[in-house]
Amino acid sequence: MQYKLLKGLVYRLYSFSPFYHDRMKEQNVHPDDIRELADVKLLPFMFKRDLRDNYPDKIFTATQDELVRYHVSSGTTGKPTVVGYTQNDLDNWTTSLARALTSLGLGRGDVIQVSYGYGLFTGGLGLHYGAERIGATVIPTSVGNTERQIELMQDLGTTAIACTPSYLLHLGEVAEKMGVDIRKDTRLRTSILGAEPWTERMRNRIEDWLGIKAYDIYGTSELSGPMFTECTEQKGFHVWSDLALVEIIDPKTGEQLAPGESGELTITILQKEALPMIRYRIGDITRVNEEPCNCGRTHPRVDRIQGRVDDMLIIRGINVFPSQVEYALMAIPEVGQHFQIVVDRKGALDDMLVRVELNKESFSDKITDLMHISGKVEHKLRNALNVNVNVELVEPGSLPRYEGKSKKVVDRRSL
Amino acid sequence: MDVKKYVVKQISVFSENRPGRLAAIAHALGEEKVNILAFSIAEASGFGVVRALVDHPEKAHKKLTSLGFNVAFTEVIAVHMKDIPGGLYEVAKILGDAKINIEYSYAYSGKDGAVLILRVDHVEEAIEKISKSGATLIESSVFH
Repeated sequence: MQYKLLKGLVYRLYSFSPFYHDRMKEQNVHPDDIRELADVKLLPFMFKRDLRDNYPDKIFTATQDELVRYHVSSGTTGKPTVVGYTQNDLDNWTTSLARALTSLGLGRGDVIQVSYGYGLFTGGLGLHYGAERIGATVIPTSVGNTERQIELMQDLGTTAIACTPSYLLHLGEVAEKMGVDIRKDTRLRTSILGAEPWTERMRNRIEDWLGIKAYDIYGTSELSGPMFTECTEQKGFHVWSDLALVEIIDPKTGEQLAPGESGELTITILQKEALPMIRYRIGDITRVNEEPCNCGRTHPRVDRIQGRVDDMLIIRGINVFPSQVEYALMAIPEVGQHFQIVVDRKGALDDMLVRVELNKESFSDKITDLMHISGKVEHKLRNALNVNVNVELVEPGSLPRYEGKSKKVVDRRSL
Repeated sequence: MDVKKYVVKQISVFSENRPGRLAAIAHALGEEKVNILAFSIAEASGFGVVRALVDHPEKAHKKLTSLGFNVAFTEVIAVHMKDIPGGLYEVAKILGDAKINIEYSYAYSGKDGAVLILRVDHVEEAIEKISKSGATLIESSVFH
């Protein structure tokens, strides 16, 4: 079925999309070359810049009178991008989210508070229609006015909330200040969190603190908007095979990687009309798991996003992400979670140094004990990253507390 | 015998191995009017441990901790040595014969003779053996 959809899509684009026609010519591939699903690897990639370069609608394959909606991305990484939708596009998007919400155990009888922004951003309206489709009752609160959100949550019996993880933490704090106990004073049991990166540590914190389940949701406006969520197993988000084809690509070579390997998430939306996306390279790094899920679904699962391609370091030919370092350090009680990566070149070889803060409780005045701790951290990092790492213990509080790549990574290699 | 009175409280400070760290520690102790009686630095790759016997260990601990240093107390013992050739041998032999391991040690030679400071794996046993062998242990009250 995926093959048929792909074949149809490629024929349509080759015939009707000057943009994609030219791309295929450049790549020297013709629709007739697509003889099985695996031939998807012959097709050219699409990138975010393709949408920016063709602002606002030069690569649309539907005319304006066929469109029923526009969404516009904020353009934080450059010029804004515009996404157009036909009625079928909206229906497929809604179907995708309806299935996702169902996989979380939500349905008729649930009251879903949509605290994503409504408007040009896809989060609010996407969740809104998805939740209505499954027969749930929607409270379209959008973002902001947190006290009122908490009052409505109590008065209308909200059972699930969709918002960013940071907004949920904020809401939890405001509720505490108001004297509202989320566990006792509300019916809230489920949260659907996305639109910004978050971690397992945040999931544990939210679940322990507020007593509600926290599920990851994934999507970008170019794909339509938020589209996929984890199921109740919380082991990666299911990607519906009839709607999308996932590949994991080596970001350097563009080669397909085997299931289970980490690389750049690349998605083909199989049934899009207004703005077809073929082999769209999102820039997020993750893995695909094609094993059947305990929930019974056979649609492939994609792991929580590990990092961005832009953050990737290549150490002796191996891809390393600062987020992997962060994740590995979380499991080592002797050191803090702040770190700094210093990459240098010694002779012909890359040298990676990770500086971590020694926790107060773990300080011993015996050098051998301290060497043992740095050795343990080196060992754990080597296992996590598959590359040799030197570890330097530093004083607590001495590392910069900035977010983002610029301060966490110091690359001294002059290549 | 009361072995406890021979257990000396040493402060140990974790320090990165870069210029100015010892000065920062010494300045803080000076400000608090804490006198350093003996000290040593042990170094490893990238970091070191500053160990010191001071007259007011609690005050030193509090001050350094407030500055963000990683500080710990460690139990050590202090032994008088004869300030002559073979002086160190006498003390070291006692511990060696008793199969007590010296984890680290440092010494100073002052107006009242030479003193060896030791961190050993079995503190109380070391105190008993040393006393029995006739060497002189220094009570902690001498330092603070």
